[in-house]
Amino acid sequence: MNPIVPMIASTVVAATPLIYAALGETIVEKAGVLNLGIEGMMLIGAVAGFAATLATGSDTVGFMAAAGAGVALSLAFGFLTLNLQTNQVATGLALTLFGIGLSAFVGHNLAGTPLPPLPPIFIPGLSSIPIVGDLLFRYDIMVYLSLVLFAAVEWFLIKSHAGLTLRAIGESPSVAHAIGKSVLTTRYLAVMFGGACAGIAGAYLSLVQTPMWVEGMSAGKGWIALALVVFGTWKPARVVLGAYLFGGVTQFQLFAQGFGLPIPTEFLSMLPYAATVVVLVIICRDPKTILLNQPASLGISFHAAA
Amino acid sequence: MNPVGNATDSKPRLVLTGITKRYPSVVANDDISLSVRPGEIHAVLGENGAGKSTLMKIIYGITKPDAGTILWNGQYETITTPSQARRLGIGMVFQHFSLFETLTVWENIALALDERVSSAKLAAQITEVSEKYGLPIDPYRLVHSMSVGERQRVEIVRCLLQEPKLLIMDEPTSVLTPQAVLVLFETLRRLASEGCSILYISHKLDEIRALCDSATVLRGGRVSGTAIPKNETNESLARLMIGGELAVCSLMPRQPEEVRLELDHLSLPTADPFGTTLKEISLTVRSGEILGIAGVSGNGQKELMAALSGERLSTGPMIKLLGQPVGDLNPAKRRELGLTFVPEERLGRGAVPPMSLAYNALLTGSRKGMVQNGMIYPTVMRSFAKKVIERFKVKCGDEQSAASSLSGGNLQKYIVGRETMLEPKMMIVGQPTWGVDVGAAQLIRQALIDLRDQGVALLVISEELDELFIISDRLMVLAEGRLSPSVRPAETSIGQIGTWMSGKFNEPAGRGAAGADPLQEVA
Repeated sequence: MNPIVPMIASTVVAATPLIYAALGETIVEKAGVLNLGIEGMMLIGAVAGFAATLATGSDTVGFMAAAGAGVALSLAFGFLTLNLQTNQVATGLALTLFGIGLSAFVGHNLAGTPLPPLPPIFIPGLSSIPIVGDLLFRYDIMVYLSLVLFAAVEWFLIKSHAGLTLRAIGESPSVAHAIGKSVLTTRYLAVMFGGACAGIAGAYLSLVQTPMWVEGMSAGKGWIALALVVFGTWKPARVVLGAYLFGGVTQFQLFAQGFGLPIPTEFLSMLPYAATVVVLVIICRDPKTILLNQPASLGISFHAAA
Repeated sequence: MNPVGNATDSKPRLVLTGITKRYPSVVANDDISLSVRPGEIHAVLGENGAGKSTLMKIIYGITKPDAGTILWNGQYETITTPSQARRLGIGMVFQHFSLFETLTVWENIALALDERVSSAKLAAQITEVSEKYGLPIDPYRLVHSMSVGERQRVEIVRCLLQEPKLLIMDEPTSVLTPQAVLVLFETLRRLASEGCSILYISHKLDEIRALCDSATVLRGGRVSGTAIPKNETNESLARLMIGGELAVCSLMPRQPEEVRLELDHLSLPTADPFGTTLKEISLTVRSGEILGIAGVSGNGQKELMAALSGERLSTGPMIKLLGQPVGDLNPAKRRELGLTFVPEERLGRGAVPPMSLAYNALLTGSRKGMVQNGMIYPTVMRSFAKKVIERFKVKCGDEQSAASSLSGGNLQKYIVGRETMLEPKMMIVGQPTWGVDVGAAQLIRQALIDLRDQGVALLVISEELDELFIISDRLMVLAEGRLSPSVRPAETSIGQIGTWMSGKFNEPAGRGAAGADPLQEVA
């Protein structure tokens, strides 16, 4: 059988959690907040989603529980960094460590229990077109929703007034405050959105990709999502493209290992990360793109003077 | 043209009574009262730190007063947010622009509007209003690519779109060429004639006398007097403003000696994508001479400062200090040769904000015995800082105060003092009196002149033309990264320099000498 079709199909599945997490973080960072806690929120989302689905048998409930858990964790982050003005980098790192530990603790008794995977959607007619049907119309609902999310985020940032306000706050919170925008509210909403997206991304891992709970199962995907936001220069389309590229390289190296290409497996496993680094370096060669798209206040606490 | 005549009888648009605002260390506004009629251009005059900006922020709802009342069109109002102020019909153009650089003009304006308008409709409105008032702007341009004058237009148009009844202008001319100031004045007069009241904040006496119908003068947070500016002289206004006579500094003719600094066709591409490329800059500065560089910021001033100080390195013999090529030497090495400089940004470049004044002295003065064999000598350091504070009358707690705790003017006095007392051979000063009050500005200018008289070579980059005409032996203009020919202040005019500031160097320098000073023409 032609290996290209399953490779592309698995690329899409590999990229989907990255898309959720990275799109969420794009919104957070566009508001000027740097949340390094994606990895932690993903793990919490993964375990919460898994536990909820196991208990209720409903994937919808699972994803909602995961989003809720992500929001809960992000609220802690928001309270610390936005209200108490703690350092965003340190707080984000702490959030990741906290998420890793808490998810392992909560999920202790869940480890090893398998779940049925989320079924793909068959669209009569379309799905049975040879090759194209396999390539485009045999994914689970969350894959299609990730594209809807992309369109929504793109529309929000570029077309909507609220998105304009969000970008303005990321650029200069003090100016935004001076013209009467609520920096705190907008940033809270952005952080919560990022938390929900990261939670869903985590649940996609534990409900779809490998339908079981394994400790630390996000395996650095949260960090990759963070890199993708920079890699995509805070533009949703590039972020999504980056996610597919990373997913593609990951799958390619798995297939390459499977086919026994005469390349050391260590080198192949390194490929996705090396590719990310190379692309990041190339992107950063154009300072103007970065300057125009990077939120100027990223990672800096804002305190409204009375 | 004069709107006061028909507006005198109408009831006041804005009346402030007993406005008081206290901060932990200072009373910014103490029992301030003023009243503005419709169609009146009312000046709020005062030195830096006199409380002008605080008062305006109170009117615009950014700052909450501790006491006092605001009467707006005959009704008591408590203005708590800028959007409430805008709804009442109050618009404000800030001194430091409140624009978002990475957004377009219409996006910036849309952000400040309270209702939602489609981009096409808003763009059409922007074009219409901007043309009506002679302030052409393109709604789809990104703000970062605009000059400071154009950005100010965006701010003004943003206010005008909301059809304000009161427009607050905070030091609007500090970033404009003299010609652009005239255009702005035309716009403001036209607005006033349509019944809009204008609160015009400034410390520039000529402008206030040329433009304003009435003035409230603030000193130390209190009203020190009111005046009809047309009936006053600069001296009488200055007395109200600073509470004493204005010291005058003057430049005695002096024969310059050997060349200290030479730039030979210095061309430097910009590192900042929003910056200016320096093109073929040639100049010499001699011992005992002040060379003034005029021009509006953003025309290569920042880049020229960086190239001279050594923050940005260049190759070859394009920059010579005391005859030695220094293009590839870093700032510390250039300082060792006898160069000192006062950067334009006081906090962050001229001084480290959270550090004490004494440690800030150490940063550039380590050669003065403050560091020996890698050890800090705190007594030497402190006594140096104390001397600077005393000689330059810096108002501060003591030498242990943090740099960020000083007002802009006082910190600038300290930095100029520090650089002066390092006994330089060549000194470069960027915007010496930017945001500094009149008294402090005189003191700083006199210090620069004293240095020149001692045989130091000075290069002063400034936006304040009046200042450069007082202190410069020769003047040049930096526009769009190119440098004009040099001219003696006595042989040119503000009008001529203004033309050069827009990049037109071809018109001869001498021509305007007998002719126009734009501000005088207006008055």
